[in-house]
Amino acid sequence: MRSDVFLLVWLVIGAALYAGAEALGNDYVFFAGYVVLQYIVLSTAWNILGGYCGYVNFGSAAFFALGAYSTVAIHQLHPMPIPVLVVFGGIVSGVVGLGMGYLTLRLRGAFFAIATLALAVVLETLIVNWDYVGGSRGAFIVRPETIAPFGSYIRYLFLIMLLLAVGSIAVARLIERSRLGYGFATIRDDEMAAEASGVPTLWLKLIATTISGALMGMAGAPFPYYIGYLQPSSAFGLDYAVNSIAMPLIGGTTSWIGPLIGAVVLGSLQQIATVTISSAVNLLIVGFLLVAFVIVAPNGIVGLVQKYVQHKRVGFVGRHHVKADMPAGIPGSTP
Amino acid sequence: MIFSFDLFINAIVSGVLIGGFYTAVTSGVSLSFGILDIVNIAHPAFIILGSYVAYLVNTELGIDPIVAGVVMTPAFYALGAGIYQVYYLSFEKRGQESLRGLAFFFGLLFITEVMLVLYFGVDYRYVGASYIGPTWHFGNLDVPLRLLVPCLVSLLLIAVLQLVLTKTFVGRAIMAVAQDQFALKLMAIDPVRIKRIAFGLSIATASLAGAFLIVIQPVEPSVGRQYIGRVFAICVLGGMGSLPGTVIAAMLIGIVESLTSTFYGPSWAPAVAFGFLLLTLAVRPAGLLGR
Repeated sequence: MRSDVFLLVWLVIGAALYAGAEALGNDYVFFAGYVVLQYIVLSTAWNILGGYCGYVNFGSAAFFALGAYSTVAIHQLHPMPIPVLVVFGGIVSGVVGLGMGYLTLRLRGAFFAIATLALAVVLETLIVNWDYVGGSRGAFIVRPETIAPFGSYIRYLFLIMLLLAVGSIAVARLIERSRLGYGFATIRDDEMAAEASGVPTLWLKLIATTISGALMGMAGAPFPYYIGYLQPSSAFGLDYAVNSIAMPLIGGTTSWIGPLIGAVVLGSLQQIATVTISSAVNLLIVGFLLVAFVIVAPNGIVGLVQKYVQHKRVGFVGRHHVKADMPAGIPGSTP
Repeated sequence: MIFSFDLFINAIVSGVLIGGFYTAVTSGVSLSFGILDIVNIAHPAFIILGSYVAYLVNTELGIDPIVAGVVMTPAFYALGAGIYQVYYLSFEKRGQESLRGLAFFFGLLFITEVMLVLYFGVDYRYVGASYIGPTWHFGNLDVPLRLLVPCLVSLLLIAVLQLVLTKTFVGRAIMAVAQDQFALKLMAIDPVRIKRIAFGLSIATASLAGAFLIVIQPVEPSVGRQYIGRVFAICVLGGMGSLPGTVIAAMLIGIVESLTSTFYGPSWAPAVAFGFLLLTLAVRPAGLLGR
């Protein structure tokens, strides 16, 4: 399927979703749907770096919060329409992503993951001590009750997040099918071999962190309007970090559809669990599912389905993930 | 801000004491991450678990929390050995430890933390012991015993660990498994068994470190997160798995954090360790005493 057709199909699906939510006629559907859509963007964004390149980012919450706080900062100056804020949030987080990539991407594997964790705490400390955006007290954003063609404001926010979700899926798929995506895959499979064959790995990784960071920031930008009161501990909440990792891993990391499935399944499950049980239990569910999936189904739900399909159609040659069998402890494999 | 010499000296001393405690916190990660290359980011969560175990033993049986920490080490060792077995069978054996192994420990971190929240709630818990209240005074210098005791026991722990690693057969085998598993196999030693022992030891230190933590400050389940960065910062700065390096790095970070919170306010202190970590990773990834 061509990429523009793909985008069109998803826009139609998005429109159908919006119409469906509208038909239910209950604002709660929009509130809950917004969160699920937000997770679709976050997990898709995480997957661009984590799934395609194999670099684990524990700092998703930081990029998300940066987007949210850039909105707060701009709002203090002058209230602006949300799409503009989304662009700003994307730019801020993208630039930080680029900077982080430049600082840390010469580190491999675990070191990169730890550095992203460190980045999240450094940024949180900065925000806590920055009075202009509320500091540790938090910031209030009063959203209007209604907005012109949509009725209640939450519908407008839902629509924006829906478009972002469709956009991020389209971007992820575009990357997957392009030279860029193949470059990313070489990094994931064997970075040294890729570099030896002339793949510009550092550049590719910088592109990946920038795109991934920017998308997370975009997901965060409308958040202050959604929540109404933003404080550092909620914006930097660890549940964003764990969800944006758990969702792609549970769905499957090798293609765009994995994070989507993961986010929809896990996101809806959490919404249901929050309402029916408690919000602490829903994080426990995520933790258990994450551990169970990485142990039992390393390729996620997508992997399970693929296995089933392959099992049915004998002789089918799928896209196998081939990993070179190398002895441990190659000189230079750790920084 | 008026610079006061007394304040400065006191900050340095409490930094050293806190640093001593950090060595105990980090020693487990130095073993697992530094030597075995297992990125156990759930280690701080196990430390909090240790705190709560010490708390339970202390409040139910009235036993001294640090003694409780020592007594509980075999249980934590068993827990660690069990976790390593799962980790080995699910990830190392299949060669998928990088991404999925990290996610596995991330999940464990969450499970431990949420379980503690569900069981104990989010209230701060504290323990009672004779050395928690008093402070020794040397002129203008204050040495709170609740910092001094954990610091000294931590240094003792490090000394014992270092002795075990350098003098005993198992210890040397642990150092060897870090360098060349294959050679270890040729010596008829099972590398998996050695790694299991080492990982068990690393989690066993969490029992002690947890007891120290709850002696030093009241504990609630999410406190552990603040230690993720510190622990890895110290481990990397100390040169990955070198215990003497860990002591130096821990003292250094303790002092800088203490100075920061004295002269700039406690809200800046968490950024110090992470800032250090980012700098170290960017400038000198091999650490101070790199191998």
